Amino acid sequence: MIVKFIDYLQERLQTVKVLSAIAIAIMLVWTIVGVDTSHAHTWMEAHIPGFWALFTLLACFVLIFFAKWFGNSGIMTREDYYDD
Amino acid sequence: MTTSFIHPALILICGALLLPCIKEPFRKLYLCSVPLLTFLDVIYLNWHPGVHGVVLFMGDWTLTFGRVDNLSMIFGFIMALMAIIGTVYGLHVRDNWQHIAAWFYVAGSLGVIYSGDYLVLFLFWEIMAFASTFLIWFNTDKGALAAGYRYLLVHTFGGVLLLLGFVLRYQATGDLSFVQLDEQSTQLFTWLIMAGLMLNAAVPPLHSWLPDAYSKATVTGAVFMCAFTTKTAVYTLARAFAGFDILIVLGVVMAIYGIVYAMMENDIRKLLGWEIVSQVGYMVAGVGIGTALAINGTCAHAFAHILYKGLLFMAAGAVIHSTGKSKFTELGGLYRKMPNTLFFMVIGGISVSAFPFFSGFVSKSMIITASFESHFMVTGFLLTLVSIGTFLVAGLRLPYLIFFGEDRCSIETHAKATDPPWNMHMAMAAAAFLCLLIGSYLPFLYTMLPNPEVTYHPYGAYHLSETLQILAFSALAFIFLKAKLGAKASISLDLDWFYRMAGRGFLWLAQNPIQWIDTAWGSAYRVVGLYSLMVTAKFWSWFDWHAIDGVVDGSARCVQAFGRRVTVVLQKGHIQQTIYFSVTFAAVLLISYVCL
Repeated sequence: MIVKFIDYLQERLQTVKVLSAIAIAIMLVWTIVGVDTSHAHTWMEAHIPGFWALFTLLACFVLIFFAKWFGNSGIMTREDYYDD
Repeated sequence: MTTSFIHPALILICGALLLPCIKEPFRKLYLCSVPLLTFLDVIYLNWHPGVHGVVLFMGDWTLTFGRVDNLSMIFGFIMALMAIIGTVYGLHVRDNWQHIAAWFYVAGSLGVIYSGDYLVLFLFWEIMAFASTFLIWFNTDKGALAAGYRYLLVHTFGGVLLLLGFVLRYQATGDLSFVQLDEQSTQLFTWLIMAGLMLNAAVPPLHSWLPDAYSKATVTGAVFMCAFTTKTAVYTLARAFAGFDILIVLGVVMAIYGIVYAMMENDIRKLLGWEIVSQVGYMVAGVGIGTALAINGTCAHAFAHILYKGLLFMAAGAVIHSTGKSKFTELGGLYRKMPNTLFFMVIGGISVSAFPFFSGFVSKSMIITASFESHFMVTGFLLTLVSIGTFLVAGLRLPYLIFFGEDRCSIETHAKATDPPWNMHMAMAAAAFLCLLIGSYLPFLYTMLPNPEVTYHPYGAYHLSETLQILAFSALAFIFLKAKLGAKASISLDLDWFYRMAGRGFLWLAQNPIQWIDTAWGSAYRVVGLYSLMVTAKFWSWFDWHAIDGVVDGSARCVQAFGRRVTVVLQKGHIQQTIYFSVTFAAVLLISYVCL
């Protein structure tokens, strides 16, 4: 059943993408228009529309590229490093 | 001691000792009933809060085995619950020793949770460390033995720090009770106790043992290990160090450190190990914030974490159990072969990533909210950043690299891959159900929290919108950047490098200079010592033969010759002569006696 469901989605990948994009757009509109941000903890949250969306994108970039840079700086090494 | 108090750890220990006597067809039933009985005992204790099991020890000390209060109740409950799930997950394991080790380990954890003083705490603390080492050693894979030794050595070191700490505290204050320590007047012992407890919570720089050991444990052993050691340590930190500001900093560092390493990791269980470091970071930060809401958040998150992390470890274990592979570079595209495992892993992943209606949503946010409310803004933002990383890693990267994307499996791996036995399914289903229950039915978890006077409502529109933005945009970022998070055959160097290299250095020292000195000493001894010894021995032999023996033999010969002379003169064989000498001698004696 699970396999069939995944295959069903994969066959209609374009539709899934469009629906996801629409869902995200609706969510964003709701976030900006419909959610009361007056009780947010910081000024940024209350006044920047879609603050957490921006924060998330920034965080993803920072985390992924930092991990990449950090790994390549010599932290990531060959698997048999401790064996010889 | 009240008569009605039976320590839950005692049930597990007795159960473990009796296990070898139980044969099929009763064995599986027995395996299920012992942790179930323990769980019922824990529930019974939770109905009877107070101090139980107080024993006078060696006149001076009072040992408290059963302190049942708000904080120990919730931890005792989840540990006993996890013991049932873990045992069911390992039901197919025929080796009794593995079950015995696991139960002793859980007994250690429960013992620590209910202990009221440092002596009892330390006893169970060490039981935990030793029993869990066997869960690594029972794995026959390459590297498990060495990892077990490293684990044991590190934990022994932690145990010694704790021991030093509470002995110094006893010397200074005469008090052994395990209670909140004073942040205003910290002493050396405060830091020693904290370091000992932090080592078990895997707080940097004392964290490297965790991914190292958990990735080498047996499939079922890792499910136990991921739940007990760190969360028991979180409990002890919450008990003794609530509100210590340094823990906020360490918790945040830990959360970020763990997630960055999880992003680079190639081994499934090591990735989950790094995830534990990261998630326990939230709890440590929560303990550091120390407000009622933060402590509630810490407990709630520990509770939720045990279940979803257990679920993730169980799903990862199922993959390793069937394929024998644990690296992303040897897996991939397996969703057709292991759909149920995928399902459970995704449930675990979305729980840890704080999807609405799943456990992480109602627990993690409590700590973040507590940090904002206590005006630790940077902490709040950094912890949110880590939760984004968590979704990237555990919610997306982990299932994607095992079940989707490029198929990196060998033909044998593909042939072997299949969903696990029924008991593993049951355990995963139970954990998955609980993840959903916690997230959807709030009173289940929230009524158990230690500070019931604090209310928290996770399902507000603002929190929902924040979470949905985070999830949607993390997923979006993942789609575009997933190549950067791909599988790479590598390991990541960590602080364990220092002690592994120090160990290697010591080995080199032993094998080279020390061995050289020993060999040189042996040769020198052979050449100089042995030769001179032989010469001396020869001299003494000569001296003995010629001088001593000469004197002894000479005097013997003298006596012999004198005796012979006497015989010749006195004993010629004539009876009258003999009588003459005898009588004369007797007369001389008599006269002498009379005269004198």
